[in-house]
This record gives sequence, structure tokens and C-alpha cells, in this order.
Amino acid sequence: MDFNFSEEQQLLADTVRRFVRESYSFEARREILKSQEGWSRDVWNELAGLGLTALNVPEAHGGLNAGPVDTMLVMNALGEGLVVEPFLSAAVFTPALLSRLGDEKAAADLFPGIASGERIVIVAHQEPHTRGEIAHLATRAEKSGDGYVIDGHKAVIAHGGAADELLVTARTSGKAGDTDGMSVFRVDPGSAGVTIKSYRTIDGQTAADIELKGVKGNLIGAAGKAFAAIEGAYEVTLSALCAEAVGIMKAVNAATLEYTKSRKQFGQPIAKFQVLQHRMADMFLQSEQALSMSYLAAIKCTDPDANERKRSLSAAKVIIGQAGRFVGQQAIQLHGGMGMTDELMVSHHFKRLTGIDITFGDTDFHLEQFVATPAA
Amino acid sequence: MDLNFTAEELAFRDEVRSFLRDQLPADIAAKIRSGLAIRAADYTRWQKILHKKGWGAPSWPKQFGGTGWSPVQLHIYDEEAAAAGAPRTIPFGLKMVAPVIMAFGNPAQQQTFLPRIVSGEDWWCQGYSEPGAGSDLASLKTRAERQGDHYIVNGQKTWNTLGQHADWIFCLVRTDPNAPKQQMGISFLLIDMKTPGITVRPIITMDGAHEVNEVWFENVKVPVENRIGEENKGWTYAKFLLGHERTNIAGVGASKRELGRLKDIARQETKNGKPLIDDPLFAARIAQVEIDLMALEITNLRALSAEAEKRAPGPEASVLKIKGTEIQQTLTELMMYAVGPYALPFHRESSEEGDLKSVAGPEYAAPLAASYCNMRKTSIYGGSNEIQRNIISQMILGL
Repeated sequence: MDFNFSEEQQLLADTVRRFVRESYSFEARREILKSQEGWSRDVWNELAGLGLTALNVPEAHGGLNAGPVDTMLVMNALGEGLVVEPFLSAAVFTPALLSRLGDEKAAADLFPGIASGERIVIVAHQEPHTRGEIAHLATRAEKSGDGYVIDGHKAVIAHGGAADELLVTARTSGKAGDTDGMSVFRVDPGSAGVTIKSYRTIDGQTAADIELKGVKGNLIGAAGKAFAAIEGAYEVTLSALCAEAVGIMKAVNAATLEYTKSRKQFGQPIAKFQVLQHRMADMFLQSEQALSMSYLAAIKCTDPDANERKRSLSAAKVIIGQAGRFVGQQAIQLHGGMGMTDELMVSHHFKRLTGIDITFGDTDFHLEQFVATPAA
Repeated sequence: MDLNFTAEELAFRDEVRSFLRDQLPADIAAKIRSGLAIRAADYTRWQKILHKKGWGAPSWPKQFGGTGWSPVQLHIYDEEAAAAGAPRTIPFGLKMVAPVIMAFGNPAQQQTFLPRIVSGEDWWCQGYSEPGAGSDLASLKTRAERQGDHYIVNGQKTWNTLGQHADWIFCLVRTDPNAPKQQMGISFLLIDMKTPGITVRPIITMDGAHEVNEVWFENVKVPVENRIGEENKGWTYAKFLLGHERTNIAGVGASKRELGRLKDIARQETKNGKPLIDDPLFAARIAQVEIDLMALEITNLRALSAEAEKRAPGPEASVLKIKGTEIQQTLTELMMYAVGPYALPFHRESSEEGDLKSVAGPEYAAPLAASYCNMRKTSIYGGSNEIQRNIISQMILGL
């Protein structure tokens, strides 16, 4: 049993934290949000320069093959700074999926651009009316000549509009809910039949709905056998998402403490009032529980036992969802009217925590999945 | 980062398991696993078995007759003992007064008292709280006046746990009523319960149990050599003791066992003709407490690993106390609700005598409502959960 990080991991965490502190101020972020794209290619290149885009790429393809604990440390820091660039979607989710599909040709083709940060490759899996159920896939791909033609609708795909290339999941057989029959295709976002509707989400991120009508796609891996790869990639990404929330909660608690110490009412700092002290003690307690579960998620998300993985990750998402809601809501409450404003970072932290709770399966979804997954 | 135990730790766990399998009396384990109270004689019987094995004082250093186990070994032992249904450690001797005697007692006190704690010969109880001194412990009034080689003690202690079985009591007493701060006039005395002038009066709690007492002192003569450390420095020792009260405060092992019992009950009970455990609402309630417990287990291991690296365990223990007791309370609450109306028939003997028979309904239902009532104490004792929040806000948040 060991809760320490290696020297390299510590260095990685310090590097990313320093980057966020020095180059990603609240004002800098505000400018990025105002831009047309809603994220910054320059920042992305800097993250690539720090090695982050190569972090989850296999060594054989020029990456660092770093693993979930390293990713966790990076996400802690990116969470604190509310970094909106597509690290989670393009540098965690995509490499996790690609390395699990077992398609050497596609891997050799795509990984170098992913590792260098030059190409943003985005997984388009989620669909309307799904909320975490991975096999609930309705998009269909039919064989046509030596390729496939895809029809379907992908919903709220993080950074979908930024994609240089899409990895679209589609059903080559079976019906929504079947684990069998799921496949992954390379799709050029500029190809005929693709309509991408980009928008901002409440938490400052960008996302897109993607309409696919008779779109040409190239199969990656074996047809109909992609469920395990998609699920595995989901789990690694979920662990990273939990770590982002932990970083946010840390920042939120620090900001709330700072604010209540400086804000005076009734002739004294409001932090002197016991009712607020106990609230902040509870915020601390919940963020500690969340941190513990983020550790568990990082360690278990690649466990060979599927049930063990699922149970741990669902349990983690439940704790993180609940803690995030409590910490976020109470932070706004303790900031009073100021917490309601766009001017303070705390409202932006709050919104991202809300976003995290709703993505990759919300608290209820994961509570249900935990019940349905027996202990190993 | 690695959450797994090392090979040596796993071997230790196997040793603990096989010892418990061979040596833990089946009648005691059966009572504990059914949520029934056990008798003082059961505790003592188990302590003597542990002593024979050399495990009488798991948390003590070797030089005083302890095991010298690391924090991780201690954690493994606590987990396994709880899972097997071993009696909880009565903390007053082993975990409270003993560390104080080791740190601040003189060699004579150490030689007199410590061996009799490990062997189970002496049962200790605590004289801290008073009717007017609960969370504000330092306002205690029990008076000790020096007369030659003795102190004469007068006053009243309360919420004294299991003192009806005790041979000795450790007491905080006021030796200087005129000290500039109330913390400064307190001394720490060890008092023989057979001394004339001591009266123990039962307090019956709402579950019908006799677990706590009032202890009255009327001109009780205590030899000066039974004072720990210096006169009027008792508050320092008291605070030290409160720090040690926190080991295994999370109670993860016992809660895991109780979670298993909750699931067993929910499998046997039905709702709408189906097992209660398959009812989505009730299943979600069980899942929530199970998930909270998973998180607490990791938080506890984190604190433990900090302790093993000699980083102070410190105020994080307050997190463990709050969350641990909330989980314990939720588990008893869910068990009671799981059996429904048959939780209500009250069979006092089941808690007093460890009797498995119930007045009506299934046997497992008999102790549940009483346990639910009894466990409300956990968020009050050992520094109420509100005091724990004060500690977090002062010691961690710096307020």
C-alpha cells in the first residue's frame, strides 16, 4: 500500500500546475472563451510541448504510455484552472479507444498526429436519449462496396467541432442495447453527409451535435466487436473526469475559505461564524472522500476484472457527483451574491462541476450500475 | 501509487485469519455477528486468549508488552478481527490510559499497571465527562484536595462506560480552582474503584441497556503516587489521550461486517413478494452506504499511510470520526427499516443477555431497533461530530 507518487509523476504534476498558474489565468481563459472557437490552438500547442498530448499514446507509436495515475495528476491541475482545451476528449478518450481496437494500421496512421498534438481526433459515441449506457447505440453502418455508409445522430460530443478527424461508433448488426455488433469508423468531418452543429455548453466547454447521413466511414478493428474497447476507453476517461472534479473541488474550497476570511459582515469576517465553519468542514470532508475515490478510480480503471472496474468507477462517480454538487452549491451559497456573478471564478468552477456530474453517466445512473454489478 | 498489500502484509493477514479461525470462541462470534450485546466476561475471556498469543496489546510498542505492529498491520488486524466477529477492543485501558502511562507515567506506574491491562486482569473505565462538562470538558468541577500523601476527591462523573465492571478509573480532577485558565488547574489521577466513597449508579439508555453510569466520589482517598505526571498538568495528558482515542476511529472493518448483515437481512425480507434486496429504492439505499464506506476505507488507508510515514495522523481523524459514525448509524437504521414492523417488538434480554430468541418475528429482527437507538450515541461520544467540525475548521482550515 502506497499513496506516494513517483518523482516523474510529481514533476509532471508540478509542470502542469505551473503552466496553469502562469499561462492560464482567469482573464486569459476569459479571452479564450470569447474567441470564435472557444478554445485556443496556441494553448493546445503549449500543452503538446509539455508532452501532454503524447501522455496516453503507446510507446510503440511515439507516446509516453503513462497511465491513469499520471492522467489523474494532469486532470487535477487542468481542473483547478478550468482548462477548456480538448485534453480529456482528444488526449485521453481517443488514445484509450484507439489503443484498444487492435488495429495496427489505423494506430500507426493516427497516433503520430495525436501524440504531437497536430491532429485533433475526437470520438463520437454519445447519442440522444442515452446517458451513460454504452451499448445503447442506434447509429448504423451498412456495408457498401469495400467500405461502409453511416447514418445516425451523435449528441453533445465534447469538442466535436474541433475535430480534424472523427472516430464514429456505429452498429454493424443487432439493435440498441446489444453489446455485440458495435464498430468504430474513421470519418472525415468534411465529407459529404456530415453536419456538425457546434455550440458552447454551460460549463465553458465546446461541444457539437453531429448528423451523419449516408457518410463514408473506414472500419477500425474487427466489425461488431468494438464494445469492450469502447467500454474500456470510457472507463479510463471516466477516471480522468473524476480527477478533474477533484482538482476543481480543491480550488473551490480554497476560494471559499479565502473569500469568507476577507468578507466582513456584522463587524467581523464571516469565516468567524460557526455555521459557515461547519459548512466548510463538510465541504472539506466531502472533497477528501472524493479524492479517495479518484485514487480508487485511477487504480481500478484498468483492472483486468470487468466487474471490479465497473463497481469501482461507478462508486467513484457517485461520490464525485454528490461531493461536487455539495461543494459547488455551498461555495456559491457562501460567496453570497458575488457567487452568482460571472466575474468570479467560483461560478465557473460550479458550472463545470455540474457539467461533470451530468456527463459519462450521472449519479443516479452510476448508483444503478453499482447495484447491477455484483462484487467480484 | 498502489492500493495493494505487500506480500509480507498478505502473509500477516493469513496468520491473523487462521488465528481467528482457530481461537475466536464460536459463541462470542455468533452473538457479535447477530448484533447482540456480549457480557463483560466475554470480553475478558477474549482478552486472555489474545494475551496468550502475545497479541494482548496490538497497538502498543514491544517494550511495554505490545506487538510492535506497524499501522498497516494494526489495520489488517482490526479489519480481520471485526470481520470474524471478535469483540471490539474496550478502549479505556488498552487505547486510552495505557498510552498516557507509557508517555507520562513513571517506571513504577508503568510496571504496576501496564502488564495487568494486557493480561485482562484489570478493567479500566474513564472519568472525564461531568454533568456540567461535556464538550466543554475543561470546565470540570470534580475536586481533589491534597492532604499529606493523599488527594481527597469529591465530585461526580457521568457517561462512564461499563464502569460497573471496572477495577480502575482514570479521572480528570481539579487540583487548582484558582488557576488563571480552567485548563491549567487539572490533574490526572488513577483511582482504584474499590476505594471507599465511590458509588456507581446505572444510567439506563433508551435501548434498555446498562452501558453507562454516574460515578460519585465522596471523600475518596487517592495516594499521590497514583497521579500521572505533574500536578495541574493533567489537561496536556488528557489531550494526548484524546488523540489516541482516534486510532481505528473509522471502524471500517466492523461496518463492513454490518453491511454484510444488512444484505443478509434484505435477502430474507420481502417487499411486493420479492426479496427486499431487489427493490430498486432499498437497493439504492444499500448501495449508497456501501459506496460511502468504500470511500471511507480509502480515506482511512490514506491517513494510515501518512501515520506509517510518521506524518502526524492529526486532525484528519475528525473526518474519519464524522463519516465513520454516520455510516454506522445508517447501517443500523437500514437494518431496522429492512425488517419493518417486526423491528418493533422489544425484547430487552436480547440486548442484555445475548439471547437470540425474539418475542415475535424472525430472530435477526430482535436486536435491530435497540441497536438503532443505541448507535445514536456514536455522533455524540468521543468528541461530538460538531466538535469534530470545529477541529477541522480550526486545525485544517485554519479558522
